[in-house]
Amino acid sequence: MIYFDNSATTKPYEEVVDSFVKVSTEYFGNPSSLHNIGGKAEQLLTQARSQVARLLNVKDSEIYFTSGGTESNNLAIKGTALMYRGRGRHIISTTIEHPSVTEAINQLEQLGFEVTFVPVDSDGRVDAKEIEKAIRHDTILVSVMHINNEVGTIQPIKEIGTMLKEYPKILFHVDHVQGAGKVPINFYDCGIDLCTISGHKFHGLKGTGALFIRDGIRISPLLSGGNQELNTRSGTENVAGIVAMAKALRLTIQKRETGIHQMEVIKDILRDELEKIDGVKVHTPKEGSAPYILNFSVRGFRAEVFVHALEEQDIYVSTTSACSSKKKSPSKTLIAMGLPEEEANSAIRISLSFENTMEEAVYAADKIKQTIKQLGEVMN
Amino acid sequence: MERIYLDHAATSPMHPKVIEAVVNVMNSNFGNPSSIHSFGREARLLVDEARDILAKSIGAKRNEIIFTSGGTEADNLALIGIAEAYKSNGKHIISTEIEHHAVLNTCKELENRGYEVTYLPVDETGKVSVDDLKKNLRDDTILVSVMFGNNEVGTLQPIKEIGKVLAEHHAVFHTDAVQAYGLEKINVNEAGIDLLSVSAHKINGPKGIGFLYIRDGIKLLPRIFGGEQERKRRAGTENVASIVGFKEAVIISQQEMHARREKYREWKNVLIKKLQVEEIDFRINGSLENAMPHVINISFPGTNVEAMLVNMDLSGIAVSSGSACTAGSVDPSHVLVAMFGKDSARIRNSIRFSFGLNNTTEQIEKAALETAKIVKRMTNK
Ligand SMILES: Cc1ncc(COP(=O)(O)O)c(C=O)c1O
Ligand SMILES: Cc1ncc(COP(=O)(O)O)c(C=O)c1O
Repeated sequence: MIYFDNSATTKPYEEVVDSFVKVSTEYFGNPSSLHNIGGKAEQLLTQARSQVARLLNVKDSEIYFTSGGTESNNLAIKGTALMYRGRGRHIISTTIEHPSVTEAINQLEQLGFEVTFVPVDSDGRVDAKEIEKAIRHDTILVSVMHINNEVGTIQPIKEIGTMLKEYPKILFHVDHVQGAGKVPINFYDCGIDLCTISGHKFHGLKGTGALFIRDGIRISPLLSGGNQELNTRSGTENVAGIVAMAKALRLTIQKRETGIHQMEVIKDILRDELEKIDGVKVHTPKEGSAPYILNFSVRGFRAEVFVHALEEQDIYVSTTSACSSKKKSPSKTLIAMGLPEEEANSAIRISLSFENTMEEAVYAADKIKQTIKQLGEVMN
Repeated sequence: MERIYLDHAATSPMHPKVIEAVVNVMNSNFGNPSSIHSFGREARLLVDEARDILAKSIGAKRNEIIFTSGGTEADNLALIGIAEAYKSNGKHIISTEIEHHAVLNTCKELENRGYEVTYLPVDETGKVSVDDLKKNLRDDTILVSVMFGNNEVGTLQPIKEIGKVLAEHHAVFHTDAVQAYGLEKINVNEAGIDLLSVSAHKINGPKGIGFLYIRDGIKLLPRIFGGEQERKRRAGTENVASIVGFKEAVIISQQEMHARREKYREWKNVLIKKLQVEEIDFRINGSLENAMPHVINISFPGTNVEAMLVNMDLSGIAVSSGSACTAGSVDPSHVLVAMFGKDSARIRNSIRFSFGLNNTTEQIEKAALETAKIVKRMTNK
């Protein structure tokens, strides 16, 4: 079995599952409880927060745990927009964001906010200058993803952040869900005010995530209740899941040190082999893309057909992003890059983890070749 | 020292079978339910199976269950989602003074948004009056939210009667069943409930997962936007492993409900008897008859709650002063204030015991004895 769909979700590391079980059995208390059992749970929560903060090079007080990337993005965008609407009602984002950003912004539009979605170039990259051009006197928030989940293009976060330093009243949110642990960014250097991560994308557990909120920034909460997470996110904390996420982040960052080179090699093998095939077009740019995402189209085949055909070979890839794959609409990012709808409809995404091997890449490339040939014969 | 955990209303340990189920999914079915390949399809199937079982447990249909990150999110989604969806019919909401903060603080948020909220008072047992509700219903009342059973004193609310009243009124009926679910039989159709919140970690399931039941045909504005999960009412990659763990916990709690009810009722008696034998001065806050079986809240005149809690904890007994969420603060419990007024000594000398998995009769006896000792020490007897 070759699992090449790690941008949709990853298999939790064994140690991560072990942590989850250990915390669930030995430290099951509610961190808000005053007694010893609650105290121990709170201690674990504090440690996990410190660990995540240290791994991301930020302060403990800047990490807020949530139920995942979608909640973090909603909280960041709506929480700041509602808190700072006195300053203005204009938001800037891009045309290639994840639906959890786009839809949150769309909701704000219904509440009277105005949005500019800045387009991207043919590599799927937004230009910091274009963002700057979109700035108005009433702009309060810029939200740009770090690594695009469909094609893997890395966005110029540092440039945008540096440019935004000239506009101290504008907050900068980054959806770092696809990058966390694998393509590190320094939040402070990049001038990031809010940053989203999601546990299940780096071998943690589904239903866990965090939002970095730079000290001094206040946001309006999405969930009211027991005032957990410094009044910013109510609800009994998922202590075991949070501890597991901290561990997953640590392991991923560790594995990166030794594994990132091999990952790049694997991606290159796949790219080289794919580019040799007649009818295949690779959409992921050669430069400035994540070392684990490769998006390509096979001319003449609908993506679903191809995904299922590869599945027959025990190779798991995906059509665009998992979230929109049910809709069967063409990849939003590819359309934004200017590709014709037909190509966008046949786009396949391979996404790697540090667990994938060179042998898998060679084998998969071979099977992809065969599959294209066979499907081609069937069609003709 | 043997630690005795009598704070199951704050949170409960996962049942070993639940842990097994969760771990199984993490290792073998880690796919994203939205993926179209077999990993995704298997995960989707697991989520759907769980949804079926959860729905059946309250007499609902599968498409009426929305998974959330817990009870707090379910309450927030219910209140704000309904208020925003029905605001053209009016902006008046009725709730009670004794709700959990997940409801109360959401009501505050709605007040900030221009809604008007009436908080029904309760009697000395912690129960709201259906007549009060009737009197406060108005043409522009769009939502009534009354909890099923109170988390601090255990009192059950007249849910069925409220459901009957509301059958004649257009207001939508939400109940926070986070504490009652798993120990009280609930049928949303018989009780006329339109929305109901549940949280897994109160019934030996995982933390960070819950559900909101919403009756077919009722409009709800989502709060968390993104992918098309949960029929566009709650975006975010489904927490498959926890959902399966939740299902397991529901199966167990439904199977064992009757036995647990008997056992916990008996434990209340054991606790009371022991305190009587020890000649401790105490009063039950709430009602023994009209209460959930796992929660008992007791006032010990002459003591002080903070000192009690510290001493109980030192003796290895984990209890609480009220809800875990408010436990961190020194403010007196809003529930006890609603029952007895802010000048009553009871609001400063009451302890909540709540029973659950792994407790034994011996533990209850021992806890009662230790409590008696501490009370005697504190009251110089
Ligand atoms: C870029 C990006 N942002 C946000 C999310 C949402 O995260 P989650 O699945 O944890 O809700 C995803 C994945 O689905 C993603 O790829
Ligand atoms: C009655 C009641 N409602 C809501 C909640 C909140 O649920 P959760 O802890 O899952 O957010 C709790 C428990 O904390 C509760 O007791």
